This record gives sequence, C-alpha cells and structure tokens, in this order.
Amino acid sequence: MQIQLRFFAALREQLGVSEETIDVSDDIKTIDDLKNDLCKRNALWSEALSGNQVIRCALNQVMVDASTDLSDGAEVAFFPPVTGG
Amino acid sequence: MIRIQEADFDLSTEIINLRKGDLQVGAVVSFLGTVRDLNEGSEVHSMTLEHYPGMTEKALEAIVSQAKARWDIRDTLIIHRVGPLKPEDQIVLVAVTSAHRAEAFAACEFMMDYLKTAAPFWKKEETTDGGRWVDARVADDAAMARWKKT
Repeated sequence: MQIQLRFFAALREQLGVSEETIDVSDDIKTIDDLKNDLCKRNALWSEALSGNQVIRCALNQVMVDASTDLSDGAEVAFFPPVTGG
Repeated sequence: MIRIQEADFDLSTEIINLRKGDLQVGAVVSFLGTVRDLNEGSEVHSMTLEHYPGMTEKALEAIVSQAKARWDIRDTLIIHRVGPLKPEDQIVLVAVTSAHRAEAFAACEFMMDYLKTAAPFWKKEETTDGGRWVDARVADDAAMARWKKT
C-alpha cells in the first residue's frame, strides 16, 4: 500500500521533511499503526511522533482520529495542534 | 466566500461586497483578528503563518456549511492571511450576513471558534529570544466545546 506523508509546522522542522511517499506493509491498517512504524526509524522520529507533544493527524486532508483505517494512495498528514486565527 | 492570501485586505470593501445586492440582509457581524506584539512575555518582531493548502480550504468550507445548517444566515466570508506578518497586521476576517442580528452574532462566533481549533494554520513567531512555534491554547478548545453542548 502506498501512502503520501505530509508534515507541518514544528513537526516538519523537527523531522527535516515536509513530504515523502512510502510503501507500507499489509499489517499496517490504521494511522496509529503507521505512526508506530515511523517511530521505528530512529530516536528522532520516535521522539517527534510518540514523545510528550500532542500530534494531530489528517487523512486525505480531513482531520481524523489516529484509529482511522488507511487506504491505498491515501495522503496522511501529521502536525501539532493548530494555532491560526 | 473563502480566501487564503498573503495580501492585506480592506474591511469596508469586503463588507460592502459581501452584502451588496442582497435586500434580505439586515445585519452584518464581522470579527477581525490582528497580530499582537506580545505573546508569552516575549516581544514579537514578526510572524510567519504556515498552512496546509487543500486541507485549509476543505476545513473552512466545512465550517461554513455547519454554520449555514445551524443558523438562518444569508452569506459568509472568511479571509485568512498566510506568510510573513508583523505586529498590528490584520490576520483573519470572518463576516456573516443575516436578516436579524442574533443569527449573525452566533454564527460569526461559532465560525471563529471552529477555525481556531480545526483549520490547519500554524503561527511561528520571531521574538527577541529567537523563533518559536505558538502553542495551542486550552481556552480555544474550551470555546469550541461550548458549541457541542447545545
């Protein structure tokens, strides 16, 4: 399954990446699974995505709960709580 | 109408255009947000607003359709600036027209509260202490939660 990843704001700076396309294995079903898999990359990713800071996520540009199922070709974004207005 | 732009805007012109030609309009409520020069005790020299193109528009469209479903309003306008901004700059405008004031007041406040918690914008401040991403405020979540009770 192919996933388009997007990162924004402080998280984008922390990881040093704004977007990338990855292939994920079949046992990764939800955004939470994906997040846990990304945490395995190294300490930086683990700290950024599962440390103390709150991380929100969006599936195909709609904010969702991390328990939401993935689908092939989906765009998944991770970012800190929003601060507009 | 929804607009995401770097350019500044003129409040009077925007309001005139929003209500022009609609003879049912008897009330216009607008909220104008501006950049403060002090945040968390540090002096802010400038600010950069980042957003998530595509999702931003979707989120704001969802806000507008919820407001229209909930209140009897005529039209809405959301302008949000992105890119570099400085203290005193206009940053966001939410305006609502309706026949009577109660609907316009309520819808405008709802849309602004919703925007604060659901629209993908992020502020980064340049202060005397260096660059700093603004933290989300608990008060904003509480403001949004009020609308879910009723």
